[in-house]
Parts: sequence; C-alpha cells; structure tokens
Amino acid sequence: MPQIIKNGRIQGDEWKVLRGVGNDAAATMAVPAGRVIVPLAVWQAQRPQLASSAEAGMLGVWLTGDTDLAALADDLMALPLIAVDFPRFTDGRGYSIATQLRTRYGYAGELRAIGDVLCDQFSFMIRCGFSTLQPCEERYNRVQIDAALTRPGDFSGPFPRNRRGTR
Amino acid sequence: MYKYDEYDQRTVDERVTQFADQTARYLAGELSDDEYRPLRRQNGLYIQRHAPMLRIAIPYGNLCPAQLRMLGHIARTYDRGYGHFSTRQNVQFNWPNLEDVPEILGLLATVQMHAIQTSGNCIRNVTADPFAGVAADEHIDPRPWCEIVRQWSTSHPEFSFLPRKFKIAINGAAQDRAIIRVHDIGLDLVRGPDGDTGFRVLVGGGLGRTPIIGEEISPFVPWQQILNYCEAILRVYNLHGRRDNLHKARIKILVKSVGVAEFARQVDAEFVHTRDGLSTLTQAEIDRVADRFNDPVLPELPAEDAGYAAQLAANKAFANWVKRNVRAHKAPGYVSVVLSLKKIGAAPGDISADQFDAVADLADQYAFGEVRSTHEQNLVLASVRQADLFALWETARSLGLATPNIGLLTDMIVCPGADFCALANARSIPIAHAIQDRFDDLDYLHDIGEIELNISGCMNACAHHHVGHIGVLGVDKSGEEWYQVMLGGDQGNQAVLGKVIGPSLAAADLPDVISTLINTYLDCRHEEERFIDTVHRVGIESFKTRVYVERDARLEGRKRPDAPNH
Repeated sequence: MPQIIKNGRIQGDEWKVLRGVGNDAAATMAVPAGRVIVPLAVWQAQRPQLASSAEAGMLGVWLTGDTDLAALADDLMALPLIAVDFPRFTDGRGYSIATQLRTRYGYAGELRAIGDVLCDQFSFMIRCGFSTLQPCEERYNRVQIDAALTRPGDFSGPFPRNRRGTR
Repeated sequence: MYKYDEYDQRTVDERVTQFADQTARYLAGELSDDEYRPLRRQNGLYIQRHAPMLRIAIPYGNLCPAQLRMLGHIARTYDRGYGHFSTRQNVQFNWPNLEDVPEILGLLATVQMHAIQTSGNCIRNVTADPFAGVAADEHIDPRPWCEIVRQWSTSHPEFSFLPRKFKIAINGAAQDRAIIRVHDIGLDLVRGPDGDTGFRVLVGGGLGRTPIIGEEISPFVPWQQILNYCEAILRVYNLHGRRDNLHKARIKILVKSVGVAEFARQVDAEFVHTRDGLSTLTQAEIDRVADRFNDPVLPELPAEDAGYAAQLAANKAFANWVKRNVRAHKAPGYVSVVLSLKKIGAAPGDISADQFDAVADLADQYAFGEVRSTHEQNLVLASVRQADLFALWETARSLGLATPNIGLLTDMIVCPGADFCALANARSIPIAHAIQDRFDDLDYLHDIGEIELNISGCMNACAHHHVGHIGVLGVDKSGEEWYQVMLGGDQGNQAVLGKVIGPSLAAADLPDVISTLINTYLDCRHEEERFIDTVHRVGIESFKTRVYVERDARLEGRKRPDAPNH
C-alpha cells in the first residue's frame, strides 16, 4: 500500500495513481477498480463512464505543470481529489498550480503532490495548499520520513508572510 | 538600518538549523548531489574552483558596524583573511570549508545576517540605491519597500523553484542608481496623481548571455497592491518560463518571445485574481517595517562648515578626494562618503579582515553606524558631518580606503573571473591590474574624468559589462583567454547596452586598447564632455577603427624587432 503524508503523519493510502499514457491511448486505457487517480487525458476521454465513480468519491485526476486551469477549472472542482505531478523536484510549476486551485478557483477537496516529492520540499507544498503528499516511491525509509516530519523548520505550520498573510 | 523583530530572527535561526541538518544528511550520503544542490544554493553556497564559495546577503546594501566586525571575524577565522563585495551588493568568501558553513551561518544569525537566496532559482537578494534615505535627489525612500520585498520573498513557498534566478531592484530617486532596467523586475517608486505612492513596474531586463533592457509593464501600481502584482508576474513566469534550456529560462526570454504587450495581458489576467489577495499591504504593515529602521537623528547643522571650507582650500589631495568620493546629502551640513575598494594593486571589491573592522570603527566614529555596499563594489558611509571629513579622510587614507578614484577609470567593476569562479572563461583580475598599472597617474585619471569600465570573465556578466561605458568580456578561444570589447553602454535612467567593437583581443593588448579608446576620446571631446557623451556624439566607428589600426601596428612592430620604437 502506498504511503502518504497527511496532517503531519505518514499513513497507508488506498489511492492508486494510473501513470502515463499518450493522448491516443487515453480513450481506451483500462481504469482499474477501487480508488484511482487517472491522468487528465483519461478523465477527459472517458468522462461519461467515469463520472459516477467520481461522484462516489472513488476517482481523482492528476495534472501536469502545463495544464491550462482556466479552461478546465469548472470541470475539476467537483472531483474529490486532484493530484499535481512534480516530474522533477526542481520543476516548481506545481506550486503555482496548487496555489491557483486553492486561491483562484476555491478548490476545497483533497489536493495531493505526486511524483518527485522530496522531504526537503514538504513545507513549501503544504504552504501552497497541498493537503496530502506522496513521497517519491522507495526514496525514503520510515526512519527518514519520521525524521522529516519532526524536523525543525518543516511542518512548523504556516509561516508568517507579510506577517498577516498566512496560509 | 532595519532591526529584526522576533519573526525575522526566528526565520533566520530556523534556516540555520535546517541547513545544518541538510548538510549533515548530505555528508552522511542521505542526500544526493542533485538533491543537495538547490538547498545549498538557496543558502548562498556554491562549489567553486578551489573550495565552496559562500555568498552572504546584504539586503539592499545596508550594513552596521557589528555586522562588519562579524564579516571580519569570518574572513579571519574561516577564510584567508579577506572577503569580496559582489556587484549585487553582497559579500563573498572564497575559501570556507563546507563543514564550517552551518557554523558560519549560525554566527551571521547572531548579527541579523544570513545567506538566504543569494543563489538558486528563486527570488534573490533585493538591491537598491546605496544612498537610499540620504540622497539629495530622492523623492521616496526605497528601504522600507526593499525590506518588505525581502520578508515577502524569503522562503516564498510558490516561488522557490522558478525556471531560473529572479532579481528585483528598487529605486526612489531622480537618478536611478540601482540599474532597475536590467533586472527581472525593476520597481521605480513614483507619486500618483493625488500624491499617493506607487510603483512604475519594469519587467524582463537582464544582462548575461542575452542582454535586454527591461520594459515598462505598468506605469502605476498602488503601493497596497505591489506584492500582489509581483505575484501575478512571478506566477505567469513560473508557469510559462522555459525549463528545457537553462540559457533561455530567464523571464526576459519569455517576455521577448510573447512580446511585452501579451505578457502584460497575461499578468493583468492573473492580477484580477491576486488583487486584494493575501499579500495586500496595509499602512500598519508599512509603519511596522519603517519604524524598525531607527534612522539616526542628525543634529541640525549650518549648510556650510567654515573649517571644512578652509581645509578644502588648503589641501589639494583632500579636495581631490572630496571631489571624487563625496556625495550630496539631503541634510544641510552633511555628506555621504564613498570608501574606495579600488586601490591600485588590489582586486576590485576585495576587503581585508582588518579593513572590515576599520570600516566599522569609521562608521561608529563618523557615520552614525550606517554603511552601505554599492553595486560598483565600494562602500558608502551614509551620513558624515562636513566638519568630520578631514579627519575621516586622514584615517581612511591610512587604511587604504581613500583612493580618490570614484567614477574614474580605475574604479572598475570586476567579477572574480577565472581565478576563482568555475563559470568563468577567462581571468578578469589580472586584466584589471594591468589597466590599473597603466593608468596609475592620478592627475591623468582626473583629466580623463568620469568613465565606467566593467570587466566580466564570462557571458554571465557579473560585472555588468554591457552597461559599462567600456565593457570587457572574457571569452575562451580554444583554451586561450581572449577579450571582447564593448563601447557605449550606460547605467542609470538612460541605461543602454554597449556594442561590440570588433574581433576579440589578446590579454596583452588590453591596456593599449584602453589607451587607444581614451586617446580617441581626449582628441574628440568637447569641453566638460564625459567619455560616454563623446562616444554617443561621435559614434563608436572612429574608436573602433583606431583600436584595430593601432593594434595591427603594434603586431607589425613586434614582428620586426629592429623597427624603430614609437
């Protein structure tokens, strides 16, 4: 079972991330049963079949850094979970995607960071509005994750920015 | 100068603890080189030619004596007895051990200093006019705004992994001394129609591989909204700036590729949503920051001090120094003093541990404890009584800090170059020394007058060679050091990029090339005309022609050793 970080704790999680497909395969890609996070293209191509699953809280969608939120936001707001993929931890687009989802579009569901999610960036992600983090698979052992969660400077809560504007 | 509150101190202390832990994990093999690199860079640590280089932030160039003494202590204890002022008002140490860096950062935190965001793909240390708060031509003091930008940008969660580095500069004077037009964002403090404060915003300036002068994106953003507006700019950049090519990743490339009008449209579309957002500023917030500046109370003085006037008349060396190194102050009876870090024989911008201490003493004794670093790599004592100038000059002279060359040819801006920097293609300090040796006659330097010579060891342009009246750029030609020469660049309100005069030149030729350029100017100049004004009036062609004609004649002379010397 994948491990995620939620509310400052590491815990098991049922969601499966359905990884990469080219656009042409999106329409035919098999979506397994259970809680699944599908690529945006699969959601768009198979929406009629997947809508009931989304309504039941069993389907999430993951976005890439080049997603045009302005065109899609209405469509995504009702989803129980949106994930944002970090292809490399140095690719910071996901921070702006998350910030926009929370502040501009008012997304209130679960917002998850996936991909190259490293513990030295946890606090940035939380502060941009991610509610769950899925650390890079097999990158850390349990001791390292526990250390990251108790480390000073990380997870010390929203930091004062401009003293009033905390999030 | 700004005094930290508990939040500022906690931020810096937590960053020290965090970096010590990150470094320990790196040394234990838990963090890979790739994972550690952005973490150390965001704490100012580069891996350089000889050792790590630690770049310490001097926010908008403001320093107090306790900080200078700490820098002296660090130079003495962890380095080889000196430091180097960079062209972004920061200070660099070239010889610390990686293992010592957390300890150095801990010491810096005790004097309200840090190395946060002096490197890395994040919002860098904000720069400003070194005469901020005291300049005679200032309409709005930029320092509180700089400090607000510093606090806002520190560990900004959304903008810590940008496509590339991001530099902001703020000006509040009639004459821009912060080169805001070559920054990613340049903020020009202006008054609106009702006299209210706001910012003219420039975007997409920068030097480096693709030099571009920034363009205006908004004529007036009200002060309450300035951070929201900057967030809109940064968000558009963070999402759409190129990440596939390091050399095309700066915001200037994005602005150029879509055009400033389209870029402005995208920013405005974002600003609709960030306006009145979390980073909206209030008067209470501005007051909170401004009140912590604790500017010295300057006793009222007559506009002219009689003793000072007599000293000026009696001592030519003193008068020369005053003419070159002293600037007008907004308060009657006071001046600002530039301490030259451009002594002949020294590497421009270098300062010894003892000089750090000595400048601290000078600031305590004569300058109400206020020191500034300049992007020209000198130091400024912000407020000095006219009556104290002579004594100050005598002490500064004995310390090697009173070379009367500010604004003259030997006041060069020079990057560390290939002697220290791993990025450089060529050395810059030996070139500077050769030119210093050629132009060591002070009377001649004063006759040549104001001129800016900037020497960069590679196209990253740390010495801002594109905006030097004469710019020199080191290039690598099959393993040999060659130098491209530019002419006609300028900083300030009329910032303009220089033009390359022709094929690159050998290191040995450079002092002669500079001589040719100076001689051409002296032959062409009108009375009281500065070098740059002559260049712009007559054009670079005649300078260029003469450089290569004389160079070829020298080459010919070297081939025929029996040729008569001329």
